[in-house]
Amino acid sequence: MDAFSQLLNGFAVALTPMNLLWCLVGTTLGTAIGVLPGLGPALTIALLLPITFKVEPTSAFILFAGIYYGAMYGGSTTSILLNTPGESATIVTALEGNKMARNGRAGAALATSAIGSFVAGTVGTLGITFLAPVVVDWALRFGPADYFSLMVLAFVTVSAVLGSSAVRGLAMLFFGIWLGLIGVDLQTGQARFTFGLPELLDGINVIVVAVGLFAVGETLYVASRYRFGKDEIIPLSGSLWMTAAEWKRSWKPWLRGTAIGFPIGAMPAGGAEIPTFLSYYIEKKLSTKPEEFGKGAIEGVAGPEAANNASAAGVLVPMLTLGLPTSATAAIMLSAFQSYGINPGPLLLQSQAQLVWGLIASLFIGNVMLLVLNLPMIAIWVKLLQIPAPLLYAGILVFATIGTYGITQSPVDLVLLYLIGGIGYLMRRYDFPAAPVIIGMILGPLAEQNFRQAMTISAGDWTVFFTRPLSATLLALAALALFGPKLYALAMRPKPDHVPGDA
Amino acid sequence: MTSGGSQPSGEVTSRRVAIGEAVIGAGVLALAAVMLWQTLAIPVSPIYAQVGPTVVPIITALALGMLGVLLLIAAWQGGWQPEEEKASTPDRVALAWVAAGLVLNVLLISWAGFTIASVILFVCVARGFGSKAIVRDTLVATAFALVAYFGFAQTLGINIGSGLIENAIERVIGIEGEGG
Repeated sequence: MDAFSQLLNGFAVALTPMNLLWCLVGTTLGTAIGVLPGLGPALTIALLLPITFKVEPTSAFILFAGIYYGAMYGGSTTSILLNTPGESATIVTALEGNKMARNGRAGAALATSAIGSFVAGTVGTLGITFLAPVVVDWALRFGPADYFSLMVLAFVTVSAVLGSSAVRGLAMLFFGIWLGLIGVDLQTGQARFTFGLPELLDGINVIVVAVGLFAVGETLYVASRYRFGKDEIIPLSGSLWMTAAEWKRSWKPWLRGTAIGFPIGAMPAGGAEIPTFLSYYIEKKLSTKPEEFGKGAIEGVAGPEAANNASAAGVLVPMLTLGLPTSATAAIMLSAFQSYGINPGPLLLQSQAQLVWGLIASLFIGNVMLLVLNLPMIAIWVKLLQIPAPLLYAGILVFATIGTYGITQSPVDLVLLYLIGGIGYLMRRYDFPAAPVIIGMILGPLAEQNFRQAMTISAGDWTVFFTRPLSATLLALAALALFGPKLYALAMRPKPDHVPGDA
Repeated sequence: MTSGGSQPSGEVTSRRVAIGEAVIGAGVLALAAVMLWQTLAIPVSPIYAQVGPTVVPIITALALGMLGVLLLIAAWQGGWQPEEEKASTPDRVALAWVAAGLVLNVLLISWAGFTIASVILFVCVARGFGSKAIVRDTLVATAFALVAYFGFAQTLGINIGSGLIENAIERVIGIEGEGG
């Protein structure tokens, strides 16, 4: 098999001592930031983007992928022991995992989530190995019009379908697209939205926006309601060795969670929340003891955790094969590709075979490292949770400042960072999602580029997007995703009453 | 305050105009207006008649404006925040401490250097999160800022503003501002 021999070559790249070291640094750092509340993979990779000027691309992406996978593992530890999900994808883990920890079974909850993450991560990475070449074959037929429509579909699903409100999600998407438009238009050399500031001619750096939203905005939000509640860390309890009964109850949810998570992650919609909720729901339905759900059912940890990690692997498929990021973290990784002058897309697997297969091989290796880091060494990460919040958040803001001020040493960037942080605070307070901003900012200019190319090829004929079958299908799907739920609700219309807290 | 008022009596949630949400909606609308105004100020060369530099900005501004109107309508009908979220007021004192730290940091970093600006930011944020141990915070902040400066910044090869303290230390250990 071709993919198989390519993968072996990838292992040759990933197993060099230097790259193993990058993988270890990435997975360790990823676990740490996953465990720490207030830090996530998107923010961490954004802060480390300057590394792309110093390190060769393969190593940098091995580091980033380690952080990406590691954060998924670490996030579950926080959900189980603290009941404060660090990532939105681990909300479901907290439901049952924290109950298990309260019942003195923290060890088993951590074990089933770590092993489940390992199973899902490994199967998911296998999925990337074999799915990526297939998607590439198909994507080589894409013209600019098809790409544009695919991006429109991704825009709609990422902002309108996945969040709690289509209007708020789309507002953030267009805000992000606008941020991406600021600066000199590369095709015409025309300055757009620079308000006469020469600092804005090069555009706003994605680091400033990601750090502003995820570090400054988040810190302001947490500060604004910190005094209202204190989190209680549940000490490690129970054996980390799962009993035979616990294994028996875990392995099927792991596989089912993987089967749900990977395809949903690999779709141009992405997002880890839907697969985790879906997995939880299915496990509850299939369980022989549904009465245990809500009181600490191990299936409710095993399934969603696997779904979460499998979807994280799935997100890498459209990222590597189409250049289509469907999460904030993937969008920032895409900007790292751009910083190397590499264009992710169907040609990436050929032009950068070393990089892509080395990256995929390192994901397999990283999963093994993460299993070791997150089971035998779990006690270290629990210590991290004991860092007092004042020091943690103060440290986050100092790091945010380094990462931003370091780019240009310009106070303008810092002012921008804090302004965006203020916007990020309002977004958190009024329930606007942040991921569409980042995705719009990175993908918006690419969508514009494809739009222009398509229009140039068609000599200014707008109908090109509807006459190409693929493009028309993608746009129809986007319209369905946007208006379908509304129309369905109108058609059914049982009662306009909205039940609070239940969606 | 109440708008419409003619809701069926079965409605549990009060249909007041949500002030906060209305301000957000107005803000989005205002941003869209600024965008449109700025877009119309972009000169378009006739060479790029196909898709010029203003087409996508205009679409973006119009879409954002429409969404701003929808947000305003939602705010008018009572907003989208759950009741308990509306009832809770943010801790303004904590926010003020964090904001003060950020402002002082911007003002200080270019002439006092990274370390001093960071220590002040760190202590202010920690105070915002309710820490009263100013001595401990200052010590932790100093250690943290120096490690960050010499470790993180130098390995990444990014130059964060050196100032009084950084230069003094570099003079002592004798690495004369390398790293560029």
